[in-house]
Amino acid sequence: MTRELEFQVNGESVSFGGSPLKRLLDVLRQDLHLIGTKEGCGEGECGSCSVLLDGQPVCSCLIPIFQVEGASVTTVEGLAPRGEPSPLQKAFVQEGGVQCGACTPGILVSAQALLSSGEELSRVLVRDRLCGNLCRCTGYVRVVDAVIAASQMDAPHGRMS
Amino acid sequence: MTQAFSPRSLDEALALIQGAKEPVTLIAGGTDWMVGRSQDDASPRTLVSLLRIPELRGIRVTPDGIELGSLVSFTELRQHDGLAAEYPVLSEMAASIGGWQIQNRATLGGNVVNASPAGDSLPIWLALRAELSLASPTGLRTLTYEDFHRAYRRTALNPGEILVSIRVTRRTPGQVCRFRKVGTRAAQAISKVVVASSLIKTDGVLRNVTLAAGSVAPIPLRLRATEGLLEGQVPTVLLAERAAASAEGEISPIDDVRSTASYRRFALRNLIRRIVLESVSA
Repeated sequence: MTRELEFQVNGESVSFGGSPLKRLLDVLRQDLHLIGTKEGCGEGECGSCSVLLDGQPVCSCLIPIFQVEGASVTTVEGLAPRGEPSPLQKAFVQEGGVQCGACTPGILVSAQALLSSGEELSRVLVRDRLCGNLCRCTGYVRVVDAVIAASQMDAPHGRMS
Repeated sequence: MTQAFSPRSLDEALALIQGAKEPVTLIAGGTDWMVGRSQDDASPRTLVSLLRIPELRGIRVTPDGIELGSLVSFTELRQHDGLAAEYPVLSEMAASIGGWQIQNRATLGGNVVNASPAGDSLPIWLALRAELSLASPTGLRTLTYEDFHRAYRRTALNPGEILVSIRVTRRTPGQVCRFRKVGTRAAQAISKVVVASSLIKTDGVLRNVTLAAGSVAPIPLRLRATEGLLEGQVPTVLLAERAAASAEGEISPIDDVRSTASYRRFALRNLIRRIVLESVSA
């Protein structure tokens, strides 16, 4: 019998009793019905599956669920209070940083972690922190524009609450 | 059936491994192991996560040397101000691995034990003559990294052993280290060729030269013949050319999905040539 693993997702306690090797990505999508996190490659190379694990962006396709026990996960759904886009999300709309949207959840997760880190932003730094998120549509320019714009918005400057 | 454990101490982990009835898999960041892992794989296995073991963590800089815990992530390496000043190549290497998500999760120990011929950190441990500390139920032993990585994806890690830390000496004044990775793009690229070097220029001549290359042989290699060619010599344009040719003769690259043997030879020659040329005017 497999014991129940307990962890936090978007601020709520959850428990999972299935295979300890099940990917965090699959637990999020299938068991918790949080389908914002996408599978692009399943190999940790595209970043579509990015989530925050204890505040750090990671590829959820590479994490077996038993290693998530006791940890705190934030998905794209958790980046903003229900119904109210975050400054980062508003910036992406404003700057045109979204086309097909497949990469967008992963990019928002990485970008939010960068904004929350308090590091002083430059386009070079933004590109470095987004280097694990591939986008086939935008050419990244407006994505970077959006992250910079979000950092310049009024408080809470895209910080996670 | 897979049983998974997250031991909270080194002793607990060692005991768990020793007492396991099924084949044991140790997992840290899992960024390589999880790739291509079949979700339907029901083979009996004991999975042991190393991530909760405090003895494997931390970066310690003392007058005697630098000790890097096997669980140190590439992000932690980049963020450590002391290391960035002493060995900038460590930050450069860490920044070249995967993307931010991988750097946050992947560990130095995992890269070493995984023993890919293309592991980006591995030539640095060769060039810096790193030593590994390995723990077993009978105690600790030390091995040079060079002696640890034996053959294609095979290491000297004994069953039941856990890599605890990687140690390098403090940088000597005047010691110049280089790290160069050639990949399809600046991020998310497995290397076509990866090189690390260390040397000191004293009284106009090169001393203590180490040159290491990855992705050009079944294991990362010290280019010892080329090192010997350079040792005690005044660096010149001609010496750089001779070193490049010598290095090409020491490797055995192959054609694979990432590159060709011919390109790897070409790129390695250029990288070695540049390392020597940079020391000409130093």
